[in-house]
Amino acid sequence: MKVRIETAAMDALMVRLFDAIDEANMAWVIAADQALRNAFGNVLIDLVPSYTTLLLHYDCQQLAHSEAMQLIHKALSGLTPVDTKAGELHDIPVWYDERVGPELPLVAKRAGISVNELIKQHCNHDYCVFALGFAPGYGFMGLVDESLATPRLKTPRRKVAAGSVGIADRQTAIYPLLSPGGWNILGRTNVPLFEHAKRGDPLFRPGDKVRFRAISRAEFEADGGDTTPMEERP
Amino acid sequence: MSQVTTNNAQTGIVVKQAGPLALIQDAGRFGVGHLGVTQGGAADWISFRWANWLLGNALNSAALEIVMGGGLSFETEREVRLALTGADLDAQLDGKPLAPNASFKLLPGQRLEFRQPRHGLRAYLAFPGGLNAPEVLGSRACTAREQIGGLHEDGKPLKVGDRLTWKGTAPALRRIPEGQGPLMPTSGCRLPIVLGSQIASFSGRALFQAFNHPWKVDNRADRMGVRLTGPALHGSLTGIISEGIPLGAVQVPPDGQPIVLMNDRQTIGGYPRLGALTPIACATLSQCLPATEVWLTPVSASQAQDDYLKQLNAWI
Repeated sequence: MKVRIETAAMDALMVRLFDAIDEANMAWVIAADQALRNAFGNVLIDLVPSYTTLLLHYDCQQLAHSEAMQLIHKALSGLTPVDTKAGELHDIPVWYDERVGPELPLVAKRAGISVNELIKQHCNHDYCVFALGFAPGYGFMGLVDESLATPRLKTPRRKVAAGSVGIADRQTAIYPLLSPGGWNILGRTNVPLFEHAKRGDPLFRPGDKVRFRAISRAEFEADGGDTTPMEERP
Repeated sequence: MSQVTTNNAQTGIVVKQAGPLALIQDAGRFGVGHLGVTQGGAADWISFRWANWLLGNALNSAALEIVMGGGLSFETEREVRLALTGADLDAQLDGKPLAPNASFKLLPGQRLEFRQPRHGLRAYLAFPGGLNAPEVLGSRACTAREQIGGLHEDGKPLKVGDRLTWKGTAPALRRIPEGQGPLMPTSGCRLPIVLGSQIASFSGRALFQAFNHPWKVDNRADRMGVRLTGPALHGSLTGIISEGIPLGAVQVPPDGQPIVLMNDRQTIGGYPRLGALTPIACATLSQCLPATEVWLTPVSASQAQDDYLKQLNAWI
């Protein structure tokens, strides 16, 4: 890891740690996040970590650009990675079904496997949460097995139901709320990602692990899941 | 709407006709970018602050951001002093034009209407003590895409029958000092931009064109982003690993036409960027109607901060 600090805006700096996506980077990104929050205190307006970077927005009424740069250098000197085992492991029940996961056949066909085998493979991995973004509580997770990697839809859907579980290339994610989107949808979960984010207490945090678990329609319904088929939604 | 006048706490002003877009906004939602929650807030924060200043409100009090006007009208149920700043949307009080950038009194039964933009795009209507609206994650900013904020906590704009109420009772009677106050942009205006490090990935030709050629504000423009059209800018990067996006970021997708990311932008994204417009330039751009010509003019971060702090001093 080599810390590079770049100007991003009048009062924002980009802290660049790596140049490639790698699960092993997360221990450093999380450590940097904690160190920067501690160092900046109430001078910090926003800190947005992502795969390889942290965008730091500071209060320029309290700190000049050069001072902010120095403070970042100081905060990150001698940084040590956090214990990656500290991240939570989330068990996410998913109803995999063509009615709520219209791309199940497409992804299975591309991989040359049955839909059942696809479901098994999607569940058979602890995905790392790399970043939160796109929508409140939306976690970018990966990496999906190479054989299941599927490019985004050519034409994004105008409306993807809340709880939809999808794949784009080697990433997987859950839509926290009804939104437009172009990911390949495999199923639906009832975990309230959006409600958590709205309370300021996201279910997923960078560095967490997520394991999907296939459930039946009956189990999904018993949990209060919305079984309205994707294409029928208004 | 109830015909029975109840106590004052429940009366207010009622939407009689909904225009294209009127949103409750404050300064925005901060410290939540890491949750994937956007900043939101008044796009022209300068006009927004003046509106609150005119009534003696705290400067980030919730107010209305009215885009285009387009027939939006209100009727008041009780006497109130409001302040209107920003774009000239041909606002009328019972058919009589209202003075721009000033406060005015509204009497029970009087009707306030916003018609068509004549100069600028967004008007700000402030209420004594700020609007009553539910607070989510420390802010009353309304973001449609995220279904957060607004009168009904669904991020939706004002609709017919909505009743707005406010917190304060005795607004100040202030006038904007001569030579100060919101300025609406004219064609050919300059948008200061702080250059970012990815600038190095653009070709010399692209950089020359970016800063020596006028850009046209496209009609694909909203609170999330404003597209600019002009020469196609190309560089060595087509996409990057998604990273945080600051306010005003000028991202260049593969078609070479820049998009300026505004208040309701996504929190992270993966297109290379020229840099970011200053907050003052973002306020300017948010008032530009489609087809307005703008110039991107590089400025250092420290110069931009000096200009910003000077602007903040206007309200001290």
